[in-house]
Amino acid sequence: MKKLVAALPLCLVMVGCGGEAKQSGIEPKVYTDSLFAVMKADRTNYTKMIIKRLGPAGASAIVPDEHWEDKPNGAPLPAQMFRYGAEAVAEMTSDFSYSLQSLWPVNSQNGPRTEVEKVGLTYINDNPGENFYGEEELGGVKYFTAVYPDVAVAAPCVDCHNGHKDTPRTDFKLGDVMGGVVIRVPM
Amino acid sequence: MGGRSSTGTGPQRGLAWLWCVWAVATVVGLLWFVWPLLVDEPPEQFLPGPTSHGHHQIEMACGACHSDAFGGGEVLQSACISCHGDELKAVRDSHPKAKFTNPRNADRIEQLDARYCVTCHVEHQPDKTEHMGVTMPEDFCYECHQDVAEVRPSHDGMGFDTCASSGCHNFHDNQALYEDFLLEHASEPMFKEVAAIVAKNAPQYHRQLPPVTVADAPAQIDSAPEVLNDWQHSGHAQAGVNCSSCHADPEAAADALSWVASPDHTVCASCHSEESRGFLAGKHGMRLAQGLPAMTVAEARIPMHADSAHLELSCNSCHSPHAFDVRRAAVDSCVGCHNSNHVQNFANSPHAGLTENPAQPGSEQVTCATCHMPRTTLPNGRVVVEHNQNANLRPNEKMLRGVCMNCHSLSFSIDALADPALIDSNFKGRPSVHIPSVDMAVERDKNRAVKPSLYN
Repeated sequence: MKKLVAALPLCLVMVGCGGEAKQSGIEPKVYTDSLFAVMKADRTNYTKMIIKRLGPAGASAIVPDEHWEDKPNGAPLPAQMFRYGAEAVAEMTSDFSYSLQSLWPVNSQNGPRTEVEKVGLTYINDNPGENFYGEEELGGVKYFTAVYPDVAVAAPCVDCHNGHKDTPRTDFKLGDVMGGVVIRVPM
Repeated sequence: MGGRSSTGTGPQRGLAWLWCVWAVATVVGLLWFVWPLLVDEPPEQFLPGPTSHGHHQIEMACGACHSDAFGGGEVLQSACISCHGDELKAVRDSHPKAKFTNPRNADRIEQLDARYCVTCHVEHQPDKTEHMGVTMPEDFCYECHQDVAEVRPSHDGMGFDTCASSGCHNFHDNQALYEDFLLEHASEPMFKEVAAIVAKNAPQYHRQLPPVTVADAPAQIDSAPEVLNDWQHSGHAQAGVNCSSCHADPEAAADALSWVASPDHTVCASCHSEESRGFLAGKHGMRLAQGLPAMTVAEARIPMHADSAHLELSCNSCHSPHAFDVRRAAVDSCVGCHNSNHVQNFANSPHAGLTENPAQPGSEQVTCATCHMPRTTLPNGRVVVEHNQNANLRPNEKMLRGVCMNCHSLSFSIDALADPALIDSNFKGRPSVHIPSVDMAVERDKNRAVKPSLYN
């Protein structure tokens, strides 16, 4: 079941001294879709333009590695870059948050935790190419929560996840939905 | 005239006196409370309780932590990070605040709010304070990792109070404890083939001045012969550092009037900035960093020599003034004050045996400083001595990568640091305990079903 939320104002602007209220801003869906577009573009470009070229199949001067900080020539993996971005954003703003999750997480802490995450990750896996939108209350705050498919766009994605000792799934193929990007906006 | 007298009648006069007494008492009472805060010297009665071993040195500098009277947890958190933030980043903190701010963890932070240091490290609570200043029950890992046995069957049945106390995990610093690091170093011999510490390279990074032999102190300054002798044979003289370099006010003429008899740590910092940073960040210098009088040996809460109780901690306490003998600072200065079993047993330890062997190269000798104030390499390649003694002390797992593994295998080092009796004897003998973490990592890797990826 795909949920589409009705237009919800992100902000309420009081106009004039009489206090006449005017709704403005963008719909949460448009907001999270836009955020995801940027995330997806950066993530895909890093994977294809950097990791794919530098990995074992490419140049060996810099080596993408899970433990890149312990390698003199190590570079972070795409999923790590994504997480570092999410953590850096969390230090700058609480207006939105995002994370990378999966029904088959390498780190079990990145498996679904909330009901919306569970339903959303299952939905995008069962309906390739579609997104999932929902609402949930966490810690007394209501959130608009969007779940977007995270697709294996290059061979290193598949190789890394299928071959990781902590992976619960070893049969990923190029083009498979490997997980989801979960974006939350407080309402 | 029927007007009221300005001096009042008898009962009225008595009432006025009472008002006066009340007003004076109120003002005196207020001053008693407020004055110490105004002059930034709060008396001890303001302390709600003794502070932990990590903060007792600066507990009278309330503002060090309570930097704003009008703030809550964020103010305290900011104070924690201002002193400890760099270290947490340097050790790649395994549980940074950013891991807990995502709303998906809202239920977890209701149980254990790991966004804030004070959730686990509450001050002024000596009855609840355990090792490392932790005021949380030891099984706190359970809150987020109760299902660990599902992905690590080897952990089934292990108590959650053993995660951090077994030598396997550390809440913040797992640089030497994560699984792939254990695997990478699993088959190393107990002694490295070349067991050596990083060599000094200061001359490559310091301004090179010709050595000086003639002291430039003003004639009115009476320099004792032994002082001049110490200086002439010091590294300072070799590096062209004369009397005026430290004793003269750089803003004034180098004459007797502006001569600084006892230069403090700020003078040393003008050349030894990195060493000074470490000194002020550690327990030796943290009082000076807060503008408090220097720490004295008597104020320490660990075993110290009674006859050193009066000594103050400054750069000169360990580095004898004018001689600046780094060898003395590396052992003699430490054992002159510290009096634990570990320190007392150093002289008869295998480590000290290396140092006393004249044939042993300097890079293979082991002193107190080799382990607790080790040489480290800055990003620009310059080798410096880490003067924050706590950076390589507690919890002792933080010594594994930066110190122990220079000479020993990871597995041996983990075992040795988990053996309190061996630490007491200053490592005379072999560990009597074995931490199975490396074995567990090897066993799990041996049984892995999937082909290893090229990326991990």
